[in-house]
Amino acid sequence: MSTITQSPAPTPASAPIVKATAASRSWKIPITLGGFAVLSLFLFVLLGRGQRGELSTFRLSQARDVIQLPAVALPTFITGVVVAIVLVLLAALSAWMVYRRIKIPIIYSILFAILFLVGFLAWAASGSTIPVPGLLIGTVTLSAPLIFGALGGVLSERAGVVNVAIEGQLLAGAFSSAVVASATGNPYLGLLAAMVAGALVAMVLAAFSLKYLVDQVIVGVVLNVLVIGLTSFLYSQVLAPSKNLNSPDVFPQLDIPFLSEIPIIGPVLFRQTIIVYVMYFAIAIVYFGLFRTKWGLRVRAVGEHPQAADTVGINVNRTRFVSVTLGGVVSGFGGAYFTLGAVGAFNKEMTNGMGFIALAAVIFGQWHPIKATLAALLFGFATNLQNVLGIIGSPVPSEFMLMLPYVVTIFAVAGFVGRSRAPAADGKPYIK
Amino acid sequence: MKLELRGITKRFGALVANNNISLTVESGEIHALLGENGAGKSTLMNVLYGLYRAEEGEILLDDKVQKFAGPGDAMNAGIGMVHQHFMLVPVFTVAENVVLGHEKTTFGGRLDLSAARAKVREISDRFNFDIDPDARIEDLPVGVQQRVEIIKALSQDAKVLVFDEPTAVLTPQETDELMVIMRQLAETGTSIVFITHKLREVRAVADRITVIRLGAVVGEASPTATNAELASLMVGRAVELTVHKDAPDLRGTALSVKNLTVVDALNQIVVNNVSFDVQAGEVLAIAGVQGNGQTELTQALIGLQHHVTGSIDLDGKPLRGYSVRHILDSGVGFIPEDRTEDGLISDFSIAENLMLDRSSGAPFVKAGNLQLGFRATFAAEKIAEFDIRSQGSDMEAGRLSGGNQQKVVLARELSRELRLFVAAQPTRGLDVGSIEFVHTRIIETRDSGIPVIVISTELDEVVALADRIAVMYRGEIVGIVPGTTPRATLGLMMAGEPAPATEAAL
Repeated sequence: MSTITQSPAPTPASAPIVKATAASRSWKIPITLGGFAVLSLFLFVLLGRGQRGELSTFRLSQARDVIQLPAVALPTFITGVVVAIVLVLLAALSAWMVYRRIKIPIIYSILFAILFLVGFLAWAASGSTIPVPGLLIGTVTLSAPLIFGALGGVLSERAGVVNVAIEGQLLAGAFSSAVVASATGNPYLGLLAAMVAGALVAMVLAAFSLKYLVDQVIVGVVLNVLVIGLTSFLYSQVLAPSKNLNSPDVFPQLDIPFLSEIPIIGPVLFRQTIIVYVMYFAIAIVYFGLFRTKWGLRVRAVGEHPQAADTVGINVNRTRFVSVTLGGVVSGFGGAYFTLGAVGAFNKEMTNGMGFIALAAVIFGQWHPIKATLAALLFGFATNLQNVLGIIGSPVPSEFMLMLPYVVTIFAVAGFVGRSRAPAADGKPYIK
Repeated sequence: MKLELRGITKRFGALVANNNISLTVESGEIHALLGENGAGKSTLMNVLYGLYRAEEGEILLDDKVQKFAGPGDAMNAGIGMVHQHFMLVPVFTVAENVVLGHEKTTFGGRLDLSAARAKVREISDRFNFDIDPDARIEDLPVGVQQRVEIIKALSQDAKVLVFDEPTAVLTPQETDELMVIMRQLAETGTSIVFITHKLREVRAVADRITVIRLGAVVGEASPTATNAELASLMVGRAVELTVHKDAPDLRGTALSVKNLTVVDALNQIVVNNVSFDVQAGEVLAIAGVQGNGQTELTQALIGLQHHVTGSIDLDGKPLRGYSVRHILDSGVGFIPEDRTEDGLISDFSIAENLMLDRSSGAPFVKAGNLQLGFRATFAAEKIAEFDIRSQGSDMEAGRLSGGNQQKVVLARELSRELRLFVAAQPTRGLDVGSIEFVHTRIIETRDSGIPVIVISTELDEVVALADRIAVMYRGEIVGIVPGTTPRATLGLMMAGEPAPATEAAL
């Protein structure tokens, strides 16, 4: 028996377990970046536009701004070449970092994307002008229903109910807000009606999935079809013959004094409608509610480990029901954007799949209200980019540009879904 | 606080899970509830905790009748429970888990986590737990998670604390520490109900013992009773507690595993550079606390893991990198650790389950057609041979009892021509009779000259079966020691201490 111990001092038993990580290299990022670098070489250099010295102009201010920023004019071809070279270098650097097992920070990929975007815009706008504030204002506006839908999805899924019915909630909100606002002449009552309609759709989802234990994805899909059918029917039978039921007042643009005069940010964030301002609060409230309050802790608990919640006296199904319904309220409110915030009338299937993009934003945003908002903004940006380039006459066929938001969605979800972790009990009914 | 259960009867359809059970636990007493798996202990405690509603009977605390509509009521009345499967949200911190359901809030509905942290620290200090309130549950070892469960119960001022099979996931040292904690709690006046099927623990810590069999109280015993007495009371007949086995007839190295490393989907090294040999005719037991890489090691042996380096050679032929089909065809028999999930298809009949791994050709399939006649005969034979209690070979496997389900798996795997037999947790959750049966079969397999690997977290099982014991800790083999190694040494090895030099040489 030796008295000298040979083993190293043991770590305290309560210390967290740190598992050794195998040294392996993931080439995903360098390959993706490399692909875009090659694309940029091809587009900006080989097919380079503006070789006769055209300029690409970026307009940074709108005509009515108090503070006018000068427009930036870049020589198209030279910009393209410089961007392409830098992108190739960045891609090569990322490959080297992976080889040396240096972690590539997320900001690296974001910078790469922004740079590619600048190059692309310069290339596409050869000899014409890109209105930067317009591009960004449209991004926020177009994202609004997506963000509301995504927040609704987050509320529902964090509690453990898969919400495929976002599309239906948006559409129900759009329809009822148009009808109620037209009938009463009060758009605020329209907003209220939108929330009620969204909540009703959500309650059906909750009742079937929590009480009758029907597969949640199937209920969601069926609800979407039901709402599409119902609103389309009522539209052609009721709204089309009597126009005064489908002509609501649209919310006017509301400029916030002073804030709206900040260059670029002002017009983008503070010259919007009341729906967008409510959205800012909604994001903050959902975030605060989920992560800083007693209610949020319980919602997340029933979404992660319902049995644990049950054993401390939390009513799992009631908590889920309330959370799903609140999600419906938020999504339904977002639906009002289509009629009261933008078009000014209800049309058949006017949500056009936005609910599904919102669902993608939930997943891409890792079931987190702020990340989901950012994801929704990305899709909104892709949509608006296609609009703006269509107006200034882009060299890319418009069919391809129309695909852009969906391509972004597929890549974003496919690229990140493996890494984002859903609430553990998401989609699983709680049976004692 | 004094707890009394009077005439509790709980039925699930036709099944009577608890039949007129009465039980009294005095203040400051550790009362063991001893019984086999499925005897109705957990059902009784779930009734006490308000999770189930009993059809008959009443619950009294300090002689006052209680009505519990749910766990919340039970907690408010002073009953706390340390669940067998921890009721902790893995992605929450310790503090969040402890306050869940009883959250204090400050202005604007904000969650007051600092109060929760203070509470955790205070209780943690009282019992020397050394727990960081901000650690995430999923990062903590199971022994520590259990302490969080205890803190959770105590933070609600529990006066009656129920431990449901608390030692199932602990190392022997952690078990000893838990016993100390239970004593400490009892001394402060907490009444403790300790549910278990492990005789040793009952005798070590209990003040009084109530034995339950088939949902009814069959007797009381004092901690001075012998193991044999308690066991026969628990099972209802005299039982053989140890498997009879002769010295192994070693016939040379059959399986050779060298430098085996397994990396999981999260890129973590779950099995780290493991090497061992198994001789034909011996049982190598792989011991260790759940989650130290045994599962992944078994999966690697059978070809279910994808990122495996090193070598696995059976009778000189390599197995690593081949498909599961190829490995099974090479003569590897495998009992997976979760029989309902991986061992059987519950909705399939016994006959179908018996031929699950033989659907690729004769004699069960000819020219793409199932040979139903042959299958029926085969199933009838196996049902008789393995004493599978059923209503015939067409009965769904999911409706069998745990022991009979495991016999189906065992029958399927042992009816092939084997060159290696791997049994992972072969008796988990089985009754004593079935355990005897499975153990006897494993030893028979060994004696027929087949190398056997038994993976088990139950030290009793390891000691009963093993000729040699490999202990795993955090993905590595701490040491390979003879089957006669004392429990205390094995316990230390399960906590990561290397084997003493004299015993390691073998």
